[in-house]
Amino acid sequence: MLAVLLVVAVVVPILNLVVPESSPWHVSTYTVTLLGKYLTYALLAVAVDLVWGYLGILSLGHAAFFGLGGYAMGMYLMRQIGDRGVYGHPVLPDFMVFLNWPELPWFWHGFDLFWFAALMAILVPGTLAFIFGYLAFRSRVTGVYLSIMTQALTYALMLAFFRNEMGFGGNNGLTDFKDILGFDLKSDATRIGLFLASAGALALGYLACRWIVTSRLGRVAVAIRDAEARTRFIGYRVDRVKLAIFTFSAMLAGVAGALYVPQVGIINPGEFSPLNSIELVIWVAIGGRATLYGAVIGAILVNYGKTYFTGAFPEAWLFALGALFVVVTLFLPKGIAGLVGMIRTWRRSRSPAGPRAEAAP
Amino acid sequence: MTPVEQLRESMRKDRQWSFMYSMLDLDLDVSQGVILYLEDVSVSFDGFKAINNLNFYVNAGELRCVIGPNGAGKTTMMDIITGKTRPDTGSAYFGRTIDLLRLSEPEIAALGVGRKFQKPTVFESHSVFENLELAMAGDKRVFPTLFARLGGEQRDRIHEVLGIIGLQEQTHREAGALSHGQKQWLEIGMLLMQDPHLLLVDEPVAGMTHQEMDRTAELLLSLEGKHSVVVVEHDMDFVRSIAKRVTVLHQGAVLAEGSMDEVQNDPRVVEVYLGE
Repeated sequence: MLAVLLVVAVVVPILNLVVPESSPWHVSTYTVTLLGKYLTYALLAVAVDLVWGYLGILSLGHAAFFGLGGYAMGMYLMRQIGDRGVYGHPVLPDFMVFLNWPELPWFWHGFDLFWFAALMAILVPGTLAFIFGYLAFRSRVTGVYLSIMTQALTYALMLAFFRNEMGFGGNNGLTDFKDILGFDLKSDATRIGLFLASAGALALGYLACRWIVTSRLGRVAVAIRDAEARTRFIGYRVDRVKLAIFTFSAMLAGVAGALYVPQVGIINPGEFSPLNSIELVIWVAIGGRATLYGAVIGAILVNYGKTYFTGAFPEAWLFALGALFVVVTLFLPKGIAGLVGMIRTWRRSRSPAGPRAEAAP
Repeated sequence: MTPVEQLRESMRKDRQWSFMYSMLDLDLDVSQGVILYLEDVSVSFDGFKAINNLNFYVNAGELRCVIGPNGAGKTTMMDIITGKTRPDTGSAYFGRTIDLLRLSEPEIAALGVGRKFQKPTVFESHSVFENLELAMAGDKRVFPTLFARLGGEQRDRIHEVLGIIGLQEQTHREAGALSHGQKQWLEIGMLLMQDPHLLLVDEPVAGMTHQEMDRTAELLLSLEGKHSVVVVEHDMDFVRSIAKRVTVLHQGAVLAEGSMDEVQNDPRVVEVYLGE
């Protein structure tokens, strides 16, 4: 999985920069950005898989953490515009000038510094997840009730961010970004840099999750998924394990969101829409629950399909997504990642050496 | 006590306030030879008295069987000991000093009270070995668990328990693929991994074949002396094969206690079991 990612991270920039545009092998900058976007989605899917696949918490609100990370990055990018906005105000972003705000609200201070914004992109989703998780897991809210609460969380955030009074640009969100860390966002080099940063973040996030799920804590997580009460009786603090992993997952989602925003160039409250959270659960289900690489495959495949379909037959996309979900649930209960195991058992059952290995006591 | 006396009592110089020490710091004190004290315990659910002035003592190292008709309060009693249910009145002490009513479920488990449920619940997608590893006594907080590595001594302990429960050959099999009896033994093994002082075993032989029952009886008898074991069971033949002392519960209170023969010849027990 990491090897594939490494190859992609090396080959794609070469194909973009070195190969001439006339060659069929040339990868356009548009495609590079698109791939970068998919990689951030893949990181988000890994975060969801960690809590759903391994811990058994079906979060239908993970896009909220993604969106918050995105907003933190968006605020930094807004402050970077400086006086180059439409109204040319030296400090205030355009929408604040438009709304006749006299000065910067307190929560916008500090976002002119990249490190602060980056920190907030992790800390804000992490803190929200911590508070939400602390209350929910301590009260032992589980299953569908927890899913509904996470859904309500993201919906509440969406409604709040739609309001102009919140100070995050209302329903237009944050956009018109110019540059990041002094690099022009529209230049090819910056785009490739962002693509590489996304690949790097995905690799690190994947490794961190891999490390967690192969540790004893990961086995405890699976134990909680399968028999929560039993795990508690053995002496594990189930609520704390859940809280720790849920918070970590939210932070990963925040990182994904922070990398997503500079590549797509806009963040608005639509990112908090409950539908987004549900869609990303579908990516994980299609890729294969409880296999981290499955989540990556699912996210990239579904989003590639989405890009293709919404271009070719815009009306058909939701039908295609629905059909994909139904087909996978019916025929591939373990997702695309489960296909490997299915082929292996199928081949073993056909080869004469197979059954002997199974029959060993 | 008058208020003045109460005040004087609370100001006593040698008084230890409960918030000054943690129950978890206390050592288990079985100097009186008794490991579990339940005294005057009552619980009611919506007016129904599940436990009614129950007094129940278990000696250290003893194998005790608890029998009783359905609704006698056997499971509720287990729930009180493990902290799942809080009694309305009464006291529950583990050893002479540790007040179980002030501890949470995980704390009680950490002190060395292990419970086996009626339905075998093992972690189905983990191997037998991993099941025992997870159950092992040790630091179970989040970060130590994240960094935990299996030491040689711990590995030996797991293999020792595998020997006791007779599942060496299934070491790396998925627990979900075990037979019903094997799951029950694995669960007892998981309890043993916690080095418990007191084992609560709820209907261990329900649904077992005769060979499996014999094997379970051997297993439980082998624990006697090293651990205190309380077995709740319906199957009279099985109880007779392991029990030295039997407690009969009825309507939330102890009806009779003694050897199997004494209990079986007790007219009150006969009446309860054969019906009014």
